[in-house]
Amino acid sequence: MKILDYMRDNFVFLDGGMGTLLQEAGLKPGELPERWNVTRPEEIIRIQKAYFDAGTNVILANTFGANCLKFDDEELEKLIKAAFDNARKAKEESCGTQEKFIALDIGPLGRLLKPYGDFEFEDAVAAYAKTVKYGVKAGADLVFIETMNDSYDTKAALLAVKENCDLPVFVSNAYGSDGKLMTGASPASMVAMLEGMHADAIGANCSLGPEQLLGVMEEYLEYASVPVLIKPNAGLPRDEGGKTVYDVYPPEFSDCIKTLLEKGVRIVGGCCGTTPEYIKAVVEKAGTVKPVPVTDKNKSLVSSYTHAVEFGKSPILIGERINPTGKKRFQQALRENDIDYILNEGLKQADAGVQVLDVNVGLPEIDEPKMLEMVSKELQAVTDLPLQLDTSDPVAMERGLRCYNGKAMVNSVNGKEEVMEAVFPLVAKYGGFVVCLTLDEGGIPESAKDRVKIAEKIIKKAAEYGIAKKDLIFDPLAMTISADTTAALSTIQAVHDIRHGLGANTSLGVSNVSFGLPSRNIITSTFFALCLEQGLSAGIMNPYATEMMNVYYAFRALHNLDANCTDYITYAQSLPVLTQASSTASGQSGASKDESAPDKGDGNKGASPLQNAIIRGLKEQAGNITKELLKDTKPLDIVQQEVIPALDIVGKNFEEKKVYLPQLLMAAEASKEAFEEIKKEMAKSADGAGPKRCSFVIATVHGDIHDIGKNIVKLILENYGFDVHDLGKDVPEQVIVDEVVRIHAPIVGLSALMTTTVPAMEETIRLLREQAPWAKVTVGGAVMTQEYSDRIGADKYCRDAMETVRYAEEVEKSLGN
Amino acid sequence: MKEFLEDLKNGIDRKEGAFTPIHLEPEEPKLNRGEILRYAGFPAAVLRARGKGKEDESYIEIPSDEELSKKLEDVIVLTKGQLTFRISYVCAKIDRDADGYPVLPFEQHSSDLKRNLENCKGVIIFAATIGAGIDRLIRRYERTSPATGILLQGIGAERVESMVDAFNELVKEEAKKAGLKAHPRFSPGYGDLPIQVQPHLLKLVDAERRLGITLNASLMMSPSKSVTAIIGIE
Repeated sequence: MKILDYMRDNFVFLDGGMGTLLQEAGLKPGELPERWNVTRPEEIIRIQKAYFDAGTNVILANTFGANCLKFDDEELEKLIKAAFDNARKAKEESCGTQEKFIALDIGPLGRLLKPYGDFEFEDAVAAYAKTVKYGVKAGADLVFIETMNDSYDTKAALLAVKENCDLPVFVSNAYGSDGKLMTGASPASMVAMLEGMHADAIGANCSLGPEQLLGVMEEYLEYASVPVLIKPNAGLPRDEGGKTVYDVYPPEFSDCIKTLLEKGVRIVGGCCGTTPEYIKAVVEKAGTVKPVPVTDKNKSLVSSYTHAVEFGKSPILIGERINPTGKKRFQQALRENDIDYILNEGLKQADAGVQVLDVNVGLPEIDEPKMLEMVSKELQAVTDLPLQLDTSDPVAMERGLRCYNGKAMVNSVNGKEEVMEAVFPLVAKYGGFVVCLTLDEGGIPESAKDRVKIAEKIIKKAAEYGIAKKDLIFDPLAMTISADTTAALSTIQAVHDIRHGLGANTSLGVSNVSFGLPSRNIITSTFFALCLEQGLSAGIMNPYATEMMNVYYAFRALHNLDANCTDYITYAQSLPVLTQASSTASGQSGASKDESAPDKGDGNKGASPLQNAIIRGLKEQAGNITKELLKDTKPLDIVQQEVIPALDIVGKNFEEKKVYLPQLLMAAEASKEAFEEIKKEMAKSADGAGPKRCSFVIATVHGDIHDIGKNIVKLILENYGFDVHDLGKDVPEQVIVDEVVRIHAPIVGLSALMTTTVPAMEETIRLLREQAPWAKVTVGGAVMTQEYSDRIGADKYCRDAMETVRYAEEVEKSLGN
Repeated sequence: MKEFLEDLKNGIDRKEGAFTPIHLEPEEPKLNRGEILRYAGFPAAVLRARGKGKEDESYIEIPSDEELSKKLEDVIVLTKGQLTFRISYVCAKIDRDADGYPVLPFEQHSSDLKRNLENCKGVIIFAATIGAGIDRLIRRYERTSPATGILLQGIGAERVESMVDAFNELVKEEAKKAGLKAHPRFSPGYGDLPIQVQPHLLKLVDAERRLGITLNASLMMSPSKSVTAIIGIE
């Protein structure tokens, strides 16, 4: 019998702890347990037979740590084969009459993936793939991925399984006492991602006892439409007279498990501290419980690496601002690879209250697949909002979905066969919540009825790929009423019919409706309200438009979706404050107070309001005052007369040790805010961003993943107007050289935080001397000293950001203009 | 720890479970703002001179100090609920080799450690972390707001060091109760104790499973605000 058939009507009993039993049998600290498959097979067989005798259905072969980071390929294959030989022997020798299966056990690689660690996602997939291939060869009945404490690592392992075999796969994560994975994921977010990728059973193991995992299990049972599993520890370990003891014993353990079975858990076993005795007690108590059927919970979920967002209950706001269409400044950022600008656009929308970020980086002249992958990775490093990958290029879509940590929204498919055939296979493989536009080869139908028909066609086609209706969200397309005054009515009708007739979710890019009309927000926000009333599940919108946010918060309060109107009240209270702040700043009344303030040592006597804001590091004020100034002052005049003098004061104060690093940075951020306003103004004119100072390539060297120091230097250099090309961190030597050659940069700044990466710096300098002899090299970073700098042949050692600026100015001067 | 210290005092050998890691979730230590600023690049000497010996908040002299102080409070709020204080430790009796070097559960030949563990009969080896939440915050801010980033770095460093200081204090007290003396802690990377012992030390306290600490190729710990160390018991 196959495991999937067996588990349909039965509880599945797993085994219990292995590590603790091996230690009792003499496994030394630090010794790799997988080696015992070959050196001490009798011990492995004895323990596994005892589990089968106790009633275990699924034994996990002793392959938890069997991966190519710990063993070479030859030994790895041998150890995995021996693990299965041992488990089969145990199965043959056992007197148990139950159904018996042997799983390939996969534990974490023990390396944290980027962006928090230094291990590449694709390297992890490749490493897991090896273990999977050997496991399949050795005759595994299923794969059991367990003790994963990071969602991204979990995805890598599951992807490796899916790409290398057709075996059933169970996935189990290790939750902390806060009910989250170590890297932050909630159970619901794991359900979303793992079901999207078609895991056959999901749940939790290790780290805690069954009682502490109760909350985690309840969340799984609420969201999961596949069988839920648990494999807890025997409580928490403690030291008792020099022996580890776990504080939950078999009677109590099995009682807890019984309760969980009654709640709907279907697959149970034990982890650290549990023994065959525990499993025996569990099997006995389960005899009196009838399995709760596994049902489709019909949840429409997307997720990030921390949490899930559910559609179909309270309306969801999707921020539309990461999109170059019609935005000159954004296009400039894309062309200049200015990722920080794009990240900021994401963070600002998050602060404005959106729950999902749309990500569109398509411009004719850029490599969209590469850009979409990079931007979604970078966004996921700074924000925990789920992303909506917005591209019409299936190659870009696959790149984005593959590297996405969670279950993404996919924007979009439509009723065209060709489009569905390109996108649905990707969703079937990586998971996703798909925006479906109700248009097809025949264009956009005028009537609501015909749009619903296209929706029905899409639902049918998706089902062929195993994609359920709950994973589709329909956009019945808002058209402008300035061209056809019946347009909005058709859309509103379609929203109603899809929601209430088809029982599916809907979303709209609402702002189209007012295209071509004056004061668009009035029309758009009213349209938004009307659609929400018809059951619209999500709006792709501009969260900075107060009218839209007003509708959103009011609608939720009026529809009993906001307990005690808490969110509405918080929102409403934030409104007058915001208006007040901007009026103060624009009226400069706050600043004039500063002007008259005596010089307390900041050296800002007689400074203008903008200079004061920069010197004191007041970001928001600096931005607002600049906006005001731009109304009647030329952008470059503001730079020359306001910003640069203020920066000089701050720089001097820093050099004279009146202020220190955190203050230097606050001032730099404030002036950056001023620059941002200036850039926005200049992007409007034809000549783009205006003249820049000489270019400066900056990078943290290969092997080094720390870049705060480098970012500080970059920020200050940008403040002083240098054209900084930031290559990021952990940058291979040749990549740095290539960029220097490409733009013929006169200066290169290299940063290293660790002594271990100084050789990489030395190598980079050597290559630069060969291939870019004109370039001056300055070095810095926590471990750098004058002595090191001399030894590796740098032109200059700069202690801090200001010294780097001074050096850059010196080099620029020597270029002789 | 109590039993171990008693046994150590009475010269009882503990074979079984000698290397069993013990899990501890200490209370959050009191915040030291002066230390945070010091880690963020505001020299301690300046803080002390301006604050006349007290480092907290009394350093304010000029308007940008005031803004910094406000900013620090905002950043502290960001970290609320994002930190988890956890320690895993093992107790072990130590022998000496022929040259008088202490024999630990992992190999090393450090004369600085030998000096630190002079007269010690046992050690407590531990790893401690404030979790990955602070790294997430740092990632979130370091690119878009380096000022926030550097203050978060400061808070993280201060938090983990304060926790470890408190743990060292606890060991000291317990040792005193048992009539023994605890030494100041000694970490891999200090003196000639190479960072290469890190993987062995972490394995010993089961740090990956219990604390979620992993190492990268350069043997840096993740979460980054983690500490490993050895406390000698004399």
